[in-house]
Amino acid sequence: MRLNSCLRQCLGLLVLRHAGTAWCCLFQHGHGVCVCAPVLCSSGHAPESGCRCVHLDQSLWVLLVVRKVNLGVGAYRTDEGQPWVLPVVRKVEQMIAGDGKLNHEYLPILGLPEFRANASRIALGDDSPAIKENRIGSVQSLGGTGALRIGAEFLRRWYNGTNNTATPVYVSSPTWENHNSVFLDAGFKDIRTYHYWDAAKRGLDLQGLLDDMEKAPEFSIFILHACAHNPTGTDPTPDQWKQIAAVMKRRFLFPFFDSAYQGFASGSLDKDAWAVRYFVSEGFELFCAQSFSKNFGLYNERVGNLTVVGKDADNVQRVLSQMEKIVRTTWSNPPSQGARIVATTLTSPQLFAEWKDNVKTMADRVLLMRSELRSRLESLGTPGTWNHITDQIGMFSFTGLNPKQVEYMIKEKHIYLMASGRINMCGLTTKNLDYVAKSIHEAVTKIQ
Amino acid sequence: MSLPCLEVTRGVCALSSSLTLSCSFPSSSWWSHVEMGPPDPILGVTEAFKRDTNSKKMNLGVGAYRDDNGKPYVLSCVRKAEAMIASKKMDKEYLPIGGLADFTRASAELALGENSEAFKSGRYVTVQGISGTGSLRIGANFLQRFFKSSRDVYLPKPSWGNHTPIFRDAGLQLQAYRYYDPKTCSLDFAGAMDDISKIPEKSIILLHACAHNPTGVDPRQEQWKEMAAMVKKRNLLVYFDMAYQGFASGDINRDAWAVRHFIEQGINIVLSQSYAKNMGLYGERAGAFTVICSDAEEAKRVESQLKILIRPMYSNPPLNGARIASIILNTPELRKEWLVEVKGMADRIIGMRTQLVSNLKKEGSSHNWQHITDQIGMFCFTGLKPEQVERLIKEFSIYMTKDGRISMAGVTSGNVGYLAHAIHQVTK
Repeated sequence: MRLNSCLRQCLGLLVLRHAGTAWCCLFQHGHGVCVCAPVLCSSGHAPESGCRCVHLDQSLWVLLVVRKVNLGVGAYRTDEGQPWVLPVVRKVEQMIAGDGKLNHEYLPILGLPEFRANASRIALGDDSPAIKENRIGSVQSLGGTGALRIGAEFLRRWYNGTNNTATPVYVSSPTWENHNSVFLDAGFKDIRTYHYWDAAKRGLDLQGLLDDMEKAPEFSIFILHACAHNPTGTDPTPDQWKQIAAVMKRRFLFPFFDSAYQGFASGSLDKDAWAVRYFVSEGFELFCAQSFSKNFGLYNERVGNLTVVGKDADNVQRVLSQMEKIVRTTWSNPPSQGARIVATTLTSPQLFAEWKDNVKTMADRVLLMRSELRSRLESLGTPGTWNHITDQIGMFSFTGLNPKQVEYMIKEKHIYLMASGRINMCGLTTKNLDYVAKSIHEAVTKIQ
Repeated sequence: MSLPCLEVTRGVCALSSSLTLSCSFPSSSWWSHVEMGPPDPILGVTEAFKRDTNSKKMNLGVGAYRDDNGKPYVLSCVRKAEAMIASKKMDKEYLPIGGLADFTRASAELALGENSEAFKSGRYVTVQGISGTGSLRIGANFLQRFFKSSRDVYLPKPSWGNHTPIFRDAGLQLQAYRYYDPKTCSLDFAGAMDDISKIPEKSIILLHACAHNPTGVDPRQEQWKEMAAMVKKRNLLVYFDMAYQGFASGDINRDAWAVRHFIEQGINIVLSQSYAKNMGLYGERAGAFTVICSDAEEAKRVESQLKILIRPMYSNPPLNGARIASIILNTPELRKEWLVEVKGMADRIIGMRTQLVSNLKKEGSSHNWQHITDQIGMFCFTGLKPEQVERLIKEFSIYMTKDGRISMAGVTSGNVGYLAHAIHQVTK
């Protein structure tokens, strides 16, 4: 069983231990103990960190209940460790369910018009000069991934010539690993990294980043995280963004923003969109792939939007007409449920206010967990500096734990995190903060 | 301080008063060379229809079912499933990359049949796809990456307009085999068999499982048997597109007969399914892609590769449509109700075919319109030429695709007379 689905269903981990010959994975569902088939475990070690593998002999079982914390989850969790459907989303869903006038007809290829316009407005701002000048376009997409893919497919066909697969595409080091695959599968041959994370100082390697941009061939495409960088949680400051924009303008580099956490990072939609809006005000033509998975909690409805900002309406129109052709052979037209929920919410002043409130609830809980974790580590006197925990922003934090320390956390403390030391702050709760802080303290002091 | 002024064709650089190099963008766009794409040949018809102000206008373009009042029809079993979903207040967590397991399993069983050896042995993998298009595209990408024997996909002549760009964008090449005989408005079986016999071994051949789109012309079972034997002899990879199961004859088992027969003959097909029409779930994008494998272990390996293809496309599929379909397929009373409703839709269309033919006779048309009732499914290949289609659009506000294909689902007892009259006017 895959890590994510195993951990999602696990309410606690039962470790059955006895000397024997057969290895087996054990986990507890909500309704009892399940023993999964031996084939899921390769002998000798756990198939994935998350499911513990033990020798199993039918004669003698010793039951141990082990506490565990999942800091690898990729979605928001409440303080009870549960998924959270935003109250405004529940409300709108019931409205939609009760509306007998709605049907399931095809959406247009580019998506639900009210969704597209409002989704782009959220990213660019009500007073965006680009919107006023009618030089923006939107493509409703299957999540942020779908928006990235449509954008990538378009760029491969029409950017820097036609069908120029050699245009370098730069992704941050590190980045969300799917960025590479999206652009490779879209046909680009040359994916490169730009310096981003400085492990030594646990912050942004601005100079490295700017140097890479100076050296990049003209017209290279740069994937920029609009806010709440995944996986480091480290964003450029406004001043740093200004420096980045200046170099990109001078070197004719194309900005492709990935905006998966607007509102979720700081709690403020406008603040989290600052970088995108700054680039627009500087006259860039750009793409922005938006996801509503996190900030609306609509993960499985696949709600995303590709915002296109161009020089003028005519150019944008032609771009959209070509994006239509790409959409038509990928999914024909997008799913309606999630777009309806978002459009209904964004077009009602009351629901919009409720949504912003829900978003702030999530962002505030994350901010609280950050400050609580940091203060505990500092109180414990854990070696090192821990201000990066609160300096970083969004769902993820690069703790700075090295692979050995991560292994300790997983094996000895049953706290699951990425080998990179990345944790999802949403996995922290008031109930497990102490345990996690103590465990990090142990890991850092015992393992170097 | 002297700074080099960058001479570039795209920009103008100037020194500002604070001695920083600043650039302004040129007025030209990155996109000045991007051509205006033509409107989609099928979906573009609806867009043109919407702009028309004629009260008598008819949209016979896209294949979306309408009731006898010309209104979209939300199936009762769908409404019930939706009510069940709303009451459960479930979470919105990501689906696995391969989709909702209850849905994919039920989808495979629907296509293969519950008694299918391939189904029972687990030697198949089914992943959720974005309706028919998305499922076709996953399959096309999979074949491009893993079916190294050939780059050629053989489509019937004609085929659904979107097949060609889907396979092309996936990196494959398109070829054709004879299928439709315009002289008889029916299957050119001899031509098809002749062409198929000459297809190079290990090429890919696409077959419409039932209710061929756009012609409505399906092989009879004896003809399917011969085709199966031939593709087996030629060692072709068979790709079935099944977008109308239940919708063609009104009987889901009958409509899946060809798919099941091929598998029983030992042909390990790949298959794309859509729930857009047969469950009326158009905009919810419920579909599935299946690969029949040698064994369950091979199926696992294929599944892992399909997921690697899906992840950079859209990460994981949308839940809503798949959940509705899954509840219907897996809840006995709802499944029964669905079968009745799907038959109801198929029957209404069969009724409209009959009425259209009798109305054409009434108009005094001397042509042979038998193909209208011989053909099956949502579409009818009228045999109208592009100029005649153009007149129908311009003079009568009756919208259809250029190839003369009409969606019978858009015909009602209220407008069948007008349609017959218009067709007679442009063909007499």
